[in-house]
This record gives sequence, structure tokens and C-alpha cells, in this order.
Amino acid sequence: MPRRPRAKLGAHANRERPSSRRDARQALELSREQKLELYYWMRLTRSLEERLVSLQRQSKLVGGLFRSLGQEADAVGSAFALEPGDVVSSLTRDLGALLVRGLTPVEVLRQSMAKGDSLTRGRDLGLHLADLDRGFLGHISPLGDMVAVMAGVTLSFKVRGEARVGLVYVGEGATSTGTFHEAINLAAVQRCPLVVIVENNGYAYSTPSSVQSAAKRFVDKAVGYGIPGERADGNDVIAVYEVTRRAVDRARAGDGVTLIELLTYRRRGHAEHDDQRYVPAGEVERWARENDPLERFVRVLVDREKIEQRELDALDARVSAEVDAATAEAEASPAPEPRDALHGVLANPPDVEPHWYRDAATRGGDAGHV
Amino acid sequence: MAEITFLEAIREALAEEMERDANVFCLGEDVGVYGGAFKVTEGLRDRFGAARVIDTPIAEAAIVGAAAGASHMGMRPVAEMQFIDFIANAYDMLTNYVATSRYRTGIGCPMVVRGPSGGYVRGGPFHSQNAEAAFLHTPGLKIVYPATAEDAKGLLKAAIRDDDCVLFFEHKYLYRRIRGVMPAGDHVTPIGKARVAREGCDLSIITYAATVWKALEAAEQLEREDGLSVEVLDLRTLAPLDDEAIVATVRKTSRALVVHEDTCTGGIAGEVIARLTEHCFEWLDAPVLRVTAHDVPLPGAPALEDFVLPQAADIVVAARRIAAY
Repeated sequence: MPRRPRAKLGAHANRERPSSRRDARQALELSREQKLELYYWMRLTRSLEERLVSLQRQSKLVGGLFRSLGQEADAVGSAFALEPGDVVSSLTRDLGALLVRGLTPVEVLRQSMAKGDSLTRGRDLGLHLADLDRGFLGHISPLGDMVAVMAGVTLSFKVRGEARVGLVYVGEGATSTGTFHEAINLAAVQRCPLVVIVENNGYAYSTPSSVQSAAKRFVDKAVGYGIPGERADGNDVIAVYEVTRRAVDRARAGDGVTLIELLTYRRRGHAEHDDQRYVPAGEVERWARENDPLERFVRVLVDREKIEQRELDALDARVSAEVDAATAEAEASPAPEPRDALHGVLANPPDVEPHWYRDAATRGGDAGHV
Repeated sequence: MAEITFLEAIREALAEEMERDANVFCLGEDVGVYGGAFKVTEGLRDRFGAARVIDTPIAEAAIVGAAAGASHMGMRPVAEMQFIDFIANAYDMLTNYVATSRYRTGIGCPMVVRGPSGGYVRGGPFHSQNAEAAFLHTPGLKIVYPATAEDAKGLLKAAIRDDDCVLFFEHKYLYRRIRGVMPAGDHVTPIGKARVAREGCDLSIITYAATVWKALEAAEQLEREDGLSVEVLDLRTLAPLDDEAIVATVRKTSRALVVHEDTCTGGIAGEVIARLTEHCFEWLDAPVLRVTAHDVPLPGAPALEDFVLPQAADIVVAARRIAAY
């Protein structure tokens, strides 16, 4: 079996040899343009979701709407650490990660409106979508399952000697599932090039983290799997990028799985219908006021990077125009053809026969059945 | 050509497919160094290396999920369930992820999940199950359950080459009891086609897996003692069912008995009979009956297992009733 090319080490060396920490940090340093790009993806995530809210109020969406308000930094910063050819498996609150990987706003809107030309042709809803050419494999509703699937995706990278990496997100709630445990353990023992990010946003539907697990820190679970664990501020996009990049570098270098816990906060309910009656008074408001990832990053860009507000305003205007154009385009998309529902369950045979009474209805009589 | 066992036929199929296609690999519990609980994968690790015969943790959901992920990337995984009873642990992964993936995203799961199944071996409730009916109801999965060594090889090769997930049931009672001479060359048996195991004109027995042999035994007795000409149809593939073959045999004989080792309620027989009602009602000269296991978990004691599972004598009794109707 061919040996996988050894990628240049940054963070791993950093962990082994503290003296090289400065070199490692420099390797992770983002350019001014890259930081503006991070801002763009976070702003696009938020604006696109705001548009989805408005479309849902007009009854134009199909299915629930799951916001990532206040979590944009964790999805964007982590996906930004990947390279072309890597594969990410996102969750319902990882719109930002998918946008970074190349999912376009019009594709998001078509999918949310269950249009016939959406990525899933109206079969699935929300961010349950995939395009391996662009390196994303959206989740399914049973949580934890994608860790197993991504264990297999990255196992294939390993056995083929490809220098590719997988990144899978789970919520803190999904760490309670059996599949999460089975899969991260399998990936760890096989030393798959996989990064597992636990997005700890405080709640799984209505269940707070404290009721989900007796572990105070979800990152501590890494110990049990014999893999490195790191914990970072999920609302600091640069910190998210750096912690993910270190794990991605380790994975690419052949050093296996890392578990990352990102601390963030879900400011909206599980979905938009959720009244959040289980949230202590003032908690959401405090996070919005004190720890909004976009506002925090704007301060970094303006105060530390000396980026002028008009540059950010220009990006905001670009986002706004893009979301408007995408909305118009998606609204003009056709609904699926009903009979397309019977196509493509299997490669062979590709079609399921319609029930005879459907034929009778369209042909105006009993189609000779029986 | 020498005869080989049903089990050796399966091993031969795995080895030939791994030889033919570098993307084919095996994974499962104890499949590598140990060669599997029944030694199906014995020798494959030495021949193809540890990267292609992967020993996994005890984690059926992760094994199936990882197989799915690898299949997305162009690999052709063959995942072993040490006993098919344990496929229940991967039910979510198979029904929610694997079965829906192509339909939802256009990305299929070309993979095989195989494992030893079935009773008549005193294995008790957790080493004797027939799990096929649990998956028959899920669109997006193919189910294959061979009865002969030739079919075990040919169908497994077809399953590995199929672009979707195939659940491949290997009846452990047949592993070392049934032998066959493998056809020369690249022996691939198409999925979705039943096989007439015995020609006849008075009555059709529709069955699969180990009970094909019980049905053949019963058919001989019925011919000898009653002068009945019994046709035995071996379904071989349960999803998709071969409607054409089912309809053809019943239109030929006008009397049908459906036999399976699995429990009765919600079993494959009910589905076959529903299709006969839809497609053959006017050809039928008698009600279609079932001979199956009783609706209980499978007990281990010989006296209990023999009572619960369908026997050739049961098939004879039911066939006589249909013939006399």
C-alpha cells in the first residue's frame, strides 16, 4: 500500500514541542483577505437565514427552519480550515460550513422550498443535501449516524493513501447516541483522518447540556477514545479556525482522529416554532448582547486589523444583493414533477411502477389489472 | 471440477471479487486474523492484506455506516455481521441512511452486508434468526438469500457488483451441509431472478434458503406416496421479488404453498400471497397456505426448535390439504 504523503506539520509539532509554538501560530495566520472572507461567509449565513425566516412567514418554505443564529462562527471558521478534496458532514446549524464548501444561496433556497431543481429534487428538506464533488455530505435526522459514515469516508482516504481529511459535526446531544460512540471509537482505532467537532450550543431541542451528560466538558470524552481533544470558544471565528486547522493538520499527517468541543450558544429554538420556554429568562438576550460572533469579529477586524467600516458595508451590500438575486431565482424554480417521486430509489431498476389505480385515474379506466 | 461447500463457495466469491477489483474489501468483527466466526473469510487477510480485511470493534452500526461512507468514495465494502441477528444493531443505519441515500442525494451505497442466518442448528434466540422480513419493508435495500452453493457464489459476486446495498443472508445450516460444483469462469447469478428447483404441474411450493431443501424432500415424498407432481420455486432474491416467476409457476399449477423458516406474521409469505391474489386470483383452484415458523423467539432445545421450525412433514401435510381442496 502506498504511503500517504506526510503533510507539513504545524500544530502537531506545536503540541509535542512547545518551543515551536510561535512557528505553528504563524503557519495558522490568516491574511487580511482571508479574514474578510470569513466575515463574508458569516454575514451571508446570517442574511440568508433571515431571508429564510421571511420566506417561512410567507408560507413559501417546506418543513421546519433551523437557525444557526449566534453559531455562525463555529460553522464558518471550522470549514474554512479544510482544503479542496476534503469532505465535510454538516448539521442543520452548519449552513455556514456548507456555504464555505461551495453550496450556493440559490441552492439553499431551492432546497428549503422543495423545488424540483433543488439538490435533492424535492425529496429531502433543509440542509439534508450532498455533493461529493464539492466535498459536502449533509446529515440525516438520526443523530450520530454521520460520524459512522464519515469514518468510512475517511477510512477510504486512509487505505488509498490519499492526503484528504474528513470533518463531521455533532451537537453535544448526539454524543449521547450509541452510534456516535461506536463510530468515533472505530475511527479512532483505525486512525482515520477525521475531525469530530462537538458543537456544544447548550441545548438539544429543549434538553440542556447538564441533562444530556454528567460530563462537565464534552471534550473529556476524547480521553476514553484515546484521541486528542481540544476545546475552543466557538464564537471566536479565528479560534475556531485555528483549533480546527491543528486537528486537520494532524489528520492529514496520519495522526488520526481529534475531538474538538466548540462552545457556542443556540439563540433561537430548536426550530422556529419552538418558544424556548425552557430557557432561563435573560439568557438569550445576554448572549446576543455580549457574545454575538459577528459583532465580536467586526470589532476584531476594525480595532485590530484596521479594516474600515466601509469595506464591511460593501461586503454587506454584496451579500444583500446576492440573497435577493438568489431568492428571485429560487422562487422561479418549478415544483417537482409528481412522478419523479418514483425514480431513483435504486440504480437498477431505476423506477418504481406507479400503482395501477394511478394509471387508471390518468388513463380513464382500469388498466387491465387482475 | 471438484465439489465445494456452500461456505467455500462464498469464500471463493469474496476472493475472486477482491482479486478482480481493488476497491472490494471486507470489514467486520474477527474477520481478519481469526477468519470470521464461521471461517468464511479465512485466508483472505494473508492473501490481500490487513487493509482489505479489516478487523473492527464490536460496533454493527459503525461497521455498516463506515461501509456506506467508503462506498460513497468508490470502494466496494463487504461488511460481515458475525451473526445476522446483530444486524438489528444497524437497523437505523440501514433503513435511515443506506436505504435513502441514493433517493435523497443521488449518491448510492454500493455495499454488501452479509452474515450467517437461520436455525435448525440449536443456536438459540440470538444465533438463529432470520432478519429478512425486517428489511423487506424498506425501499432501497436488496435482499438475497441463496439455497445452493452455486447461487451463494454467483449471487454474492452479483451483490458485490451491484450499485446499491445488498443484504446477503447465508444460511449457516447450509454452510457445510450443501455442496456444489461451481460453473467455470466468472460465475455471476443475476439478482432478482427466482429459480425453479424442481419442475412439477400439480402444485407449487414457493420458498427460499434452507426450506428449499425441506420443500424438495417433501416434494419427493408427495410424488412417491400421493403421485403429486410438485414444483419448487426457489426465490433466491427477496427484494426485489421475481413476480414473473411467482406468477408463472402458479398459473401453471393453480395451487400454491408458501414456505419459509422465518416466523409467520409479517413474513415474506404474506407478501407473496398478496401478490398472488392481485395477479393470479382467477388461476387459483385452492386457497394459498403458509408453512412457517411459529410466532415465537427461536428456542434452543432440540425438542423446542424442531417443534417451532417448519419441517418437511409440515410441508407434506399442507400440500396434501391444498391438493385435496
